[in-house]
Amino acid sequence: MKALLKYREIWLAAAIIGLIGLISTRFPAFAYPGNLGQVFNDTSILMILALGQVVVILTRSIDLSMASNLCFTGMVVAMLNAAHPAIPIPLLIAIALAVGLVLGAINGLLVWRLNIPSIVVTLGTLTIYRGATFVLSGGAWVNADKMSPDFIGFQRAAFLGIPVLSWIAILVIALFFVVMTRTALGRSIYAIGVNPTASVYAGIDVGRTKFIVFCISGMIAGLSGYLWISRYVIASVEVANGYELNIIAACVIGGISIAGGIGSVGGAVLGALFLGIISNALPVINISPFWQMAISGSAIILAVVLNARGERQQGRIILRKAEAA
Amino acid sequence: MSDVPAPRHIPDRLDKPLSSAIFSWEALLVVVAIAIFAVNSFASPYFLDAYSLSDLTFNFTEKGLIAFAMALLIISGEIDLSVAAIIALASTMMGMAVQAGAGTPVLVAIGIVVGLGCGAFNGLLVTRLGLPSIVVTIGTMSLFRGIAFIILGDQAYKGYPESFAFFGQGYVWWVVSFELVLFLIAAMIYWFLLHRTSFGRRVIAIGNNPIAAQFSGVRVGRIKFILFCLTGLMAGIASVLITSRLGSTRPSIAQGYELEVITMVVLGGVSILGGSGSILGVVLAAFIMGLVTFGLGLLNVPGIVMSIFIGLLLIVVIALPIVWRRLRGVS
Repeated sequence: MKALLKYREIWLAAAIIGLIGLISTRFPAFAYPGNLGQVFNDTSILMILALGQVVVILTRSIDLSMASNLCFTGMVVAMLNAAHPAIPIPLLIAIALAVGLVLGAINGLLVWRLNIPSIVVTLGTLTIYRGATFVLSGGAWVNADKMSPDFIGFQRAAFLGIPVLSWIAILVIALFFVVMTRTALGRSIYAIGVNPTASVYAGIDVGRTKFIVFCISGMIAGLSGYLWISRYVIASVEVANGYELNIIAACVIGGISIAGGIGSVGGAVLGALFLGIISNALPVINISPFWQMAISGSAIILAVVLNARGERQQGRIILRKAEAA
Repeated sequence: MSDVPAPRHIPDRLDKPLSSAIFSWEALLVVVAIAIFAVNSFASPYFLDAYSLSDLTFNFTEKGLIAFAMALLIISGEIDLSVAAIIALASTMMGMAVQAGAGTPVLVAIGIVVGLGCGAFNGLLVTRLGLPSIVVTIGTMSLFRGIAFIILGDQAYKGYPESFAFFGQGYVWWVVSFELVLFLIAAMIYWFLLHRTSFGRRVIAIGNNPIAAQFSGVRVGRIKFILFCLTGLMAGIASVLITSRLGSTRPSIAQGYELEVITMVVLGGVSILGGSGSILGVVLAAFIMGLVTFGLGLLNVPGIVMSIFIGLLLIVVIALPIVWRRLRGVS
């Protein structure tokens, strides 16, 4: 039990359950399973994006271009669908993954081959990819009436009583969990974050691994591009503007250290859920949605204060153990 | 030769050969600026005109003011992503004061004090609690702008007094705007602070090695706190200018400015990893960004397409020296 309490994810899960309890005192129907499923579905895209960001942050890098990548890829698939409604949805998803991968690989190559800090590279591509969306679309929107029914309906179809969007999120979470905890790639990603120099001596190609994580975050952003456009049924240059910071916020609340090496798949999922619950709960308990930004800001600050405490204590405990031995 | 050794002379700075000045970052920026200037003059007949060029300066003066303080902050190894949110909050507070019937001097004071207060809040969180500034300021960015949204919602504040309009719209002499004068004065102050005072030396020392700086007697925490306060202060001043120029306040004011300011600083040759940079570089980068956006604007290129050029400029200018060095075989 004591060992369990050391995990940050347990505390975060407890905070989320407490939050749901608090909301249900004002609005009991919020805690019904059906509604919680709805909240999960609403938060799916943020969870998927946060996972893509986690692997990048774990290697001491950051990807600020995810929201712009999402916007560009979303526009590509929406225009493809509008022009050729016959293209099957699985092929469109494959195209979205491929376009996202290419944009992510550009980030990765600049970081890997030219050694430019990732924050600078992705700050640049953040504006470039969104600008490219404008060039591609000529500033026009793709509306719901131009999208095929399959394009919009795919993620809403229920499979075993759960929407496909939620299934995709579950699948991505499972995939990331396996990769991060059961593969050499996952171990390398953690190792680079903890100590890049030691990783080199351990035979890890740091540059190449960073390239791979940017490819992963790019593919995730591409996938989310299709999911986002088909969910909100509008593709424009303004899609997900500024959302890159929400993604990072979910990671920070989930206990992922911006200094790299610390964090987990579960943490990122819970961090995203925390933000999702707040945005879903505010309207039902009659708080103006304008409060959301300030509340998530406070949550980020609180989370980073608590996480810093935890990390410091951990350090001391290790020292004490070493002294005792 | 005498037996008594002459007292060793330790120079304040090493003599640089002329070639290092020619191949310096600032020189590269000057070349880029002249190239863009020339292209602009050829591309549009309206570009080379005193009034056009005066309009051009409004593209970068407000962001440039913040960029000076941000440059020092980034040199010290920290960052502040909340500057645009500080502008929004300070502007909202000024709007509230207008509704309460405040005059121009009070408005200016409120803008500056709110900016300073927000900066101090960031500084306290980073230095007292030892938190990473990038995360803290992502949080305060949401918090500050969030407060502006709570107060204003979808409303806007208007009705700023006529005398208040001078700061963002007034001209000091002929086509020289008040904003441009303020920008140049701030540039000189920050140049002096960074390159000619012991404070500036300490900032650079902290950026290169905070632990060594601490052991050398530099008050790392205190200097970082001052830098956060300065950044907040500059954001407050920028807020006064923007609010005065626009004549109204919405909670979405100055959205996305933080990334443009950081782009300006990085383009100016300040290392994002801390430890090096110059104010002259930031001034040149501000001019370049202003030239690009204004020149493309004259050619009726939409703002979002201009951002592609800014993004490309950022990556290309930083990648160029690296590629150049690699091509010449120097590691």
